Amino acid sequence: MTSKTAMRILMAIVALIFLFSWIIKSGSGVSDSTFTNVRDGFLITFAVFLTLSIFSFLYHDNPFYKFAESLYVGISAGYWMCYGFWSTVVGNFVPRASRSLSEFFHVPYQERADHILIYIPIIFGLILLTRLLPRIGWLSRWSLAFIIGTTAGLNLTRYLRSDFISQVSNSFIPLFVDWKGAGDFINHISLAADGQFIAILSNWVIFVGVMCGLVYFFFSKEHKGTFGVASRIGIWILMITFGASFGYTVMGRISLLVGRITFLFGDWLNIL
Amino acid sequence: MTLHDRLLALDRRWVFGVLAVFVIIPVFLKFSVPITPVKEVREIYDFVEGLRPGDHILLSLDYDPGSMPELHPVAYAMLEQCFVKKLKVITLTLSTTGAQMVEEAIKDVADSCRIYHGFTPQRGIDYVFLGYKPYPGLIILGMGMNFRIPFPQDYYGTILDSIPMMRGIKNYDNVKGVINLSAGNVSDYWVADGNARYGVKLALAMTGVMAADYYPYYQSKQIFGIIGGMKGAAEYETLCKNPGKATDAMRAQVFAHVVIIIFIIIGNVAYFVGRRKNAPTQESR
Repeated sequence: MTSKTAMRILMAIVALIFLFSWIIKSGSGVSDSTFTNVRDGFLITFAVFLTLSIFSFLYHDNPFYKFAESLYVGISAGYWMCYGFWSTVVGNFVPRASRSLSEFFHVPYQERADHILIYIPIIFGLILLTRLLPRIGWLSRWSLAFIIGTTAGLNLTRYLRSDFISQVSNSFIPLFVDWKGAGDFINHISLAADGQFIAILSNWVIFVGVMCGLVYFFFSKEHKGTFGVASRIGIWILMITFGASFGYTVMGRISLLVGRITFLFGDWLNIL
Repeated sequence: MTLHDRLLALDRRWVFGVLAVFVIIPVFLKFSVPITPVKEVREIYDFVEGLRPGDHILLSLDYDPGSMPELHPVAYAMLEQCFVKKLKVITLTLSTTGAQMVEEAIKDVADSCRIYHGFTPQRGIDYVFLGYKPYPGLIILGMGMNFRIPFPQDYYGTILDSIPMMRGIKNYDNVKGVINLSAGNVSDYWVADGNARYGVKLALAMTGVMAADYYPYYQSKQIFGIIGGMKGAAEYETLCKNPGKATDAMRAQVFAHVVIIIFIIIGNVAYFVGRRKNAPTQESR
């Protein structure tokens, strides 16, 4: 049997299972409307088909996976474009632009004096489309310049504040929390999560982690001696961070698998 | 071929198969897994519990259907907690494919409130759903000035000023806090624009993949709580005494994690045994 014949037989089997599932799910629908039951039966069966098609990639690449992948990419692009039109153009522009347009799109018209300002982004948006016309395509650079300029300016200030200044200022932490002397510390030592010992230990871990992490990325001096030891600790800190990140990633992926398994055995096969 | 050679040459499809079996089996078993909420999850729960009836809270549900298993349980538990507390909930989504999903979640929770708590949260009075708008950074900045700039009307086309619970609610100054459920970089915008620019009291719930990257913001107190992945969702459900899909899924998580740990140990043992065998001997040197 050639691989082409085998694939045709496989496709026929999948089509038969699909039809069988559609009929069974339509028959077990809970709605009074036959149309709703048939539609829901199709949607659940199609969702199962797509789920299994994507999973089939774990075995090896195949036409079912390619179909599901292409469908996802195409629908995502179309959905995003339509949603952008209805949420931004109809949602934001039309209600502020014209009463008749608002009535046409069935959105409430908003009468305000500063509406003239909304024509500025509209003009920039239209200019951006001139890229499609080679003779006046250079006009689109004005819009791009505006986009790049504002994005750079916004990102510089906001990340400087949130990811640099705030992070640096909050790294200045006391290394001896609530310190009242060694005697008091030893008398009240405990492993409670909110206790003094754990608070001091946490702050030391942060302090040593930050300093050694910075040393590791300092390349103007050879990593030897004490500097080398700090750099070595820095790379260990980084490895532990990557390990924690990997652990969370595994948990996240397993969660998604559990979600699909629950869908297959619960919503489709009804055996949960 | 020795055992360690076979292990190292093992077809990865066997690993996928074994993992699938150990995820499927516990789904059918009925046993409980002890869930102990951690401090960063408890802080979010305590914050919501500490609000007074009538206080406004903003839930930004910025994830897509692909992340439902991890974040939907948090959304359900949190929405129900807010409705039972009689808070005024402003919801929105900054995820392209999130709008219908969030609308369905609100309806489900409203049904749950009707069945289990004897009241139905009313749209416009108990909650408002602003819908979706693209470009999260600009939307978050816009809401800092006035909710009406990015959202002149809600998801259903009602002008914001005509919605009872939105009267007198201008920007973040009028909400007690923002809880962002995210499956992408929208959390970055909430931290950088919402918290750093406007000083919004912010907490994050996110997918497991993202969680480790956002703990520095928790340590630096830029966010007051963090719910990481399905485990965090199960912890939140436990705190709310509202066990749901995340709590159920912990059984499969435990099994899957044990299998993965065993595979990691086997892989490492095989690697080190192989390395010792291939190491040059005294004679060969």
